Amino acid sequence: MNFTFRRKRISGLLTVVPANEQCFVEEMKNFNFPEARSLKLKEVMGYDKRRLVEPVVCVSDLAVFGLRHLFDLGMLERDEIDALFLVTQSPDHFMPPTSNIIQGRLGLKQDMFCLDISQGCAGFVIGLIQAFLLLEQDHIRKVVLINADVLSRKASPKDRNIYPLIGDGASITVLERDTEDSVIHANLKMDGSRAEALIIPAGGLRMPSTAETARLEEVGDNNLRAKDHLFMNGAAIFNFVQVEVPPLIESLLARAGVSIDEVDYFFCHQPNRFMLEKLADKMKIPHAKMPNNVVEHFGNNSGATIPTAITFNLRERLLREKLRVCLAGFGAGLTWSAMLISLGNVNFNTIIEYK
Amino acid sequence: MKSLVQILKEIRPEFDFAASSDFIADGMLDSFDMVTLVATLDKNFGISIQGTDIVPENFQNLQSIEALLRKNGVQL
Repeated sequence: MNFTFRRKRISGLLTVVPANEQCFVEEMKNFNFPEARSLKLKEVMGYDKRRLVEPVVCVSDLAVFGLRHLFDLGMLERDEIDALFLVTQSPDHFMPPTSNIIQGRLGLKQDMFCLDISQGCAGFVIGLIQAFLLLEQDHIRKVVLINADVLSRKASPKDRNIYPLIGDGASITVLERDTEDSVIHANLKMDGSRAEALIIPAGGLRMPSTAETARLEEVGDNNLRAKDHLFMNGAAIFNFVQVEVPPLIESLLARAGVSIDEVDYFFCHQPNRFMLEKLADKMKIPHAKMPNNVVEHFGNNSGATIPTAITFNLRERLLREKLRVCLAGFGAGLTWSAMLISLGNVNFNTIIEYK
Repeated sequence: MKSLVQILKEIRPEFDFAASSDFIADGMLDSFDMVTLVATLDKNFGISIQGTDIVPENFQNLQSIEALLRKNGVQL
């Protein structure tokens, strides 16, 4: 599905990462796996440092912390927020929406639109699409998009397939109209027939959490995981990304009439270094144009990885210049999405620590 | 330049790769080993094996890995 937007822009980005840092080398002993093989994986996948919340911290805590930071610095005013979209796979509760909880904790106005969107690693582009659609309304002037997840709380520490790469975090992106005649192209695809490749099997109403679903089971390759935990079919997801994402980006660029050389950066979701290098090679994109350093510094913080990559790699630069960037997310659903956007001259673009 | 058998031996020194016809079924290579192997082959032979070729059937035995290397222009 294709989208085109005019006169819309990202006016600020803030990434919130937990202050608590974990190191892969120290965690290796948790896995029932030879140390030498773990060290080889570290080198190839980029596992190193990750930021994790304490097990009592929720998505709304990260979001409220980040928004208060922006209010305190005068980067954003409470009353100018017309909509607050939260993209997460780890909400505070089934009910009510976590976006409403954030609104209530911050004392935001009642005349606004709060919405939770259940999406993960493809969720930054999906959130942007939703926000830009809403900005088509004349009276909507400013939308706050929050991508946040605390999925470390749903990952088994004994599962080498998922635990070493998981990070927690939140991104806050402010969107508004552009005075310039800018054009944004986006596309989006979904395939629910492959939904079980990335799933938390228990905890919903299909399989309520019980003592049985909380029990660790041997699941192959010496990994232990419970049905309450996040499961990823790594081989299926790897293949999905390599097969589906290049044509998505290629069709986006073709529709926009833009070549790979004319794009300054490709900011993709950050599952691991190896997958991104293979993606870049397949599309003949120089590695320097496709940053892959989020996992090694912060871990994979789900829908927040793309804005984390932007704030980490272009922090000062985006305050004073504009760049043409291609964004691409892929993950749970399965969902894959891409956007071509001119990004820059923003009011803020930084990373803060949640303490 | 290291040989394919040398590379495999470095990744899983406990196995005799010349004696197996199915590394996957015999439990000698898991998906993470395949990733490590691809990264090592890329570096050793100066190639970039396509992500879509990283599937178990291409890593089943010495012959299938050699065929993959040849596909990427490596002369064995």
